[in-house]
Amino acid sequence: MKNGKLDWLAVSLYFLFVVMGWMNIYSAVYNPEAPLWIFDPLFYETNAGKQLIWLGTSMVLIIFILAIDFRFFESFAPLIYGAFILLLIAVPFLGVTINGSHSWFKIGGITIQPAEFAKTATALLLAKYLNDPQVNLTKFKFQYTSAGIIALPMLLIIASNETGSALVFASFLILLYREGLPGRYPGLLLSVITILVLALMVKPLNIFIVLLVVAIIIALSLPIYLQRMYQTYLKLAMGIACIMAITSTVDFLVNNVLKEHQRNRIKVLLDPEFDPRGLGYQLTQSKIAIGSGGFFGKGYLQGTQTKFDFVPEQSTDFIFCTIGEEQGFFGVLVVIGLFVLFLWRLMYLADQQRSRFARAYGYGVVGIIFFHFLVNIGMTIGLMPIMGIPLPFFSYGGSSLWSFTILLFIFLKLDAHRSDMLSR
Amino acid sequence: MFSGRNRIIFFFFLCIALAFLGKLLFLQVFDDSYMKAADNNAIRKIIQIPFRGEIYDRKHKLVVYNTPIYDLYVTPKKAFVRDTLKFCSLFGIDKTYFLKQMKRAKAYSKLKPFLFLRNLSKEDFARAQDAMIDFEGFSFVTNSYRTYQSKAFSNALGYVAEISPNRLLEQKDDYYRQGDLVGVSGLESFYEEALRGQRGIKYRMVNSNGVEKGVFKNGELDVNPIAGQNLYTTIDIKLQEYADSLMQHKVGSVVAIEPSTGEVLAMVSAPSYDPSLLAGRNFSKYYGKLAMDPMKPLINRPPSAYYRPGSTFKLVQALVGQQLGIINAGSVFTHAGAPVKCHSHNTSHNDLHNAIQWSCNPYFYHAFRKILYDGTSGNTFERSAQGLKRWEELAANFGFGRKLGVDLGNEKKGNLPNVDYYNRIYKGENTWKFSNIYSLSIGEGELVVSPLKMANLAAIIANRGWYIPPHLVKGVGEKHTIDPYYKTSIPVGVDSKYFGVVIAGMRDAVLHGTVGSEGRIPDIVMCGKTGTSQNQKGKDHSIFIAFAPMDNPKIAIAVFVENAGFGGFAAAPIASLVVEKYLKGKVDRKAIETKFLNMSYMSNVISANYKVKKDTAKNEKR
Repeated sequence: MKNGKLDWLAVSLYFLFVVMGWMNIYSAVYNPEAPLWIFDPLFYETNAGKQLIWLGTSMVLIIFILAIDFRFFESFAPLIYGAFILLLIAVPFLGVTINGSHSWFKIGGITIQPAEFAKTATALLLAKYLNDPQVNLTKFKFQYTSAGIIALPMLLIIASNETGSALVFASFLILLYREGLPGRYPGLLLSVITILVLALMVKPLNIFIVLLVVAIIIALSLPIYLQRMYQTYLKLAMGIACIMAITSTVDFLVNNVLKEHQRNRIKVLLDPEFDPRGLGYQLTQSKIAIGSGGFFGKGYLQGTQTKFDFVPEQSTDFIFCTIGEEQGFFGVLVVIGLFVLFLWRLMYLADQQRSRFARAYGYGVVGIIFFHFLVNIGMTIGLMPIMGIPLPFFSYGGSSLWSFTILLFIFLKLDAHRSDMLSR
Repeated sequence: MFSGRNRIIFFFFLCIALAFLGKLLFLQVFDDSYMKAADNNAIRKIIQIPFRGEIYDRKHKLVVYNTPIYDLYVTPKKAFVRDTLKFCSLFGIDKTYFLKQMKRAKAYSKLKPFLFLRNLSKEDFARAQDAMIDFEGFSFVTNSYRTYQSKAFSNALGYVAEISPNRLLEQKDDYYRQGDLVGVSGLESFYEEALRGQRGIKYRMVNSNGVEKGVFKNGELDVNPIAGQNLYTTIDIKLQEYADSLMQHKVGSVVAIEPSTGEVLAMVSAPSYDPSLLAGRNFSKYYGKLAMDPMKPLINRPPSAYYRPGSTFKLVQALVGQQLGIINAGSVFTHAGAPVKCHSHNTSHNDLHNAIQWSCNPYFYHAFRKILYDGTSGNTFERSAQGLKRWEELAANFGFGRKLGVDLGNEKKGNLPNVDYYNRIYKGENTWKFSNIYSLSIGEGELVVSPLKMANLAAIIANRGWYIPPHLVKGVGEKHTIDPYYKTSIPVGVDSKYFGVVIAGMRDAVLHGTVGSEGRIPDIVMCGKTGTSQNQKGKDHSIFIAFAPMDNPKIAIAVFVENAGFGGFAAAPIASLVVEKYLKGKVDRKAIETKFLNMSYMSNVISANYKVKKDTAKNEKR
């Protein structure tokens, strides 16, 4: 087996991210009254110390992945997928509860969340499925199968009450779209989301009125340009009917489908003034921490909100607050810029692949990382509802760091061997 | 296949990234409310209020000081009281109150100190301090209120009170916060910045539980408190108390000045009030009462009450007339041809000395007529205007019609009518002449003065032509700093040689002139001038100004007693007693002293004179 070269830029960015992430975790748990030195055993009881261990073990994982034959991932994709499906099924029965989430396995002293790894497994199987040249995503048959591969782990995760983690699977739309899924699917999804958000923010009646006005204007102006008036009217009428239907279901969705805590998160998102000391506390404090950073931030370890625990979950899901407060707008500009660069690089690498498996997998990686980026940063600044979704490479957490490391390095391993792969 | 789609995907990513950056730019750079919110979260401001400066009299006797009081705070989470009964008996509270306060404290915050008991005395504090070991979670915060050694110096001293909403809004440097104490009137207000010192501010960081987490920014922003500076006043508190006792049952003022320095020895405003009523917890209760009192005990009359000077003003006429070269010691005027009446006195040779001794109205009528008309040209209207102008220029030097600049906030200008003033009143130039304004000659008409100005006039005559602006403080702080203004001697522009005849006349007025026997001090050479101030509110005000001894004077004094009639009757004896007390340290004329200590003129007082403003005095044509 020839050993190809790892992409230096992607690897550098990975290390940059984890180092920056660790420094921010250190800052988030930093206690100015009793700073712990790195050799102090107590240090390893803090999140920063534990994350250091997770980082070390991640290096082992990387070496391990790089040592495995690159063909292993394609060949064993179904097996890996199957194994994680079994784990997801087993979790409700054999798992333990951590932070109110019954989705963890405890093996010795280590706790693992299989949902984090199921994403990688799904990406692998999906990529392998698409590797078959016969699979054509414009056809319903193949669309169903693909959707099935995604939906199975997704439903199992929803069943264990991890809606946030389940939603990540929606990111495979990016993979599917890149591999030929007609644009109307992601387009439709985005439109529905847009309408739902609009309907939440504006009274449905107002939307109806605007729609009606728009429809009448279009209807009146159409005959001038089109001959097949009848069909066009029909389509227009159907479209508007759909939008109206979606709009009118918003209240039903919010009040009956969503659970209490989900409903509250939506309320908090829509109304920043909503219960700032209670349900809105986390978002309010998160915005205060980020907003108080100013342009250049308060300086490393100088963030008062960060140091004094004003933002709950700061080292995990709300690590972006630390960056925002201590590094300011300049810092978040760099971080967001680096993420965009990273995504661009991964897409670039994926597009270089000769095998459809590697390319599809690459887009799977891109999609998952992007989705986390989108939701995590979005929720800290009040653009997304709060869900338990970590910022890749930055947030504290073993499962999260391991799973992103594995996810990424499988792709980088495949990329290193792209000249060895057969393009089918 | 579909390779163009990577651009669409990347474009979507870029849009999201830009949307985030836009939102972040708004949060972090454009909206600074989050910075304030963060400071509110994590930074606790601890205010340290220094003790207010103490106030001493001219002999370094303590007059005003601070009594420390202690407020007891409780932090519910740390609080642990094993023996509630012992705690309650220690502070003299009952168990119901204890439980109620604990409940309120817990409702307020488990982690923040709550004001449990207010205004504990030093004794309470000392008693409780040792026992507090048994009661965790309680802490004392020091506070203080003003305490007064004397009840006789209230009005000029002023008082300290919670800052008013208006003053809070109008302050320039944003120093005060709601609830801060501030000097409201008198010296407490005038020397507020020196007395209050500088408040200290400590910034401490707190975590989300409100627990202190150390110094903010290494204490760079902290301000150490600077103690208030002491005031060393010119007041002789013994003399002040004596003068105050003489003014019991009377409405009016006593102002005594050391002529050589301009230092105010005593400044009494009657009726007065007990200053301790306005210190501490009961401020609002007593303030309301005092403010509503028709006798206006809160007003400091000496610099701010308006009176006509009456005959005391003849001294100014005599000096100005001489300086203008229009009259001299030998000028003689008879009673004939004057619309003003006179007391019976020997007019065979009615010269300036005689006129002052007997306070001769016709003499000064004629003298003032001469001042206006002599050496001027044109018709009587034009000549009156020219004459008044040169008269007014000189009379203004004595401090009339303007502020003397005493270190009290509420000094009033008074009124010295000039040409413009009469043009305004009579609606046009050359519309008035001597016959319209001759009342000025005997200190009536539109003239308005304050007791302080008249005391200063006495000092000017004592000094033979100059004064140092009267002041009540001769040193601020340990370095005894003082505004150089209060060290500057100001000449009044009248040659010292013209004072001889005036002083001689004043001496004879005391010995065998307008001043009765009760105003005579056998062993002190006092020079004085009586005055009787007409007013619309009943009986005339009794005025007397004097200085003593004649050579090398030590004290100049003005006494105003409202509605007490002729100046020789009430004001002169009171002034003589104060002068005697100051120069001899004791008063030998016990009968007179007792008489005036007990004398009351209140039955004549319709309402306190403070309301007479110059606009009520104007337009009064005679």
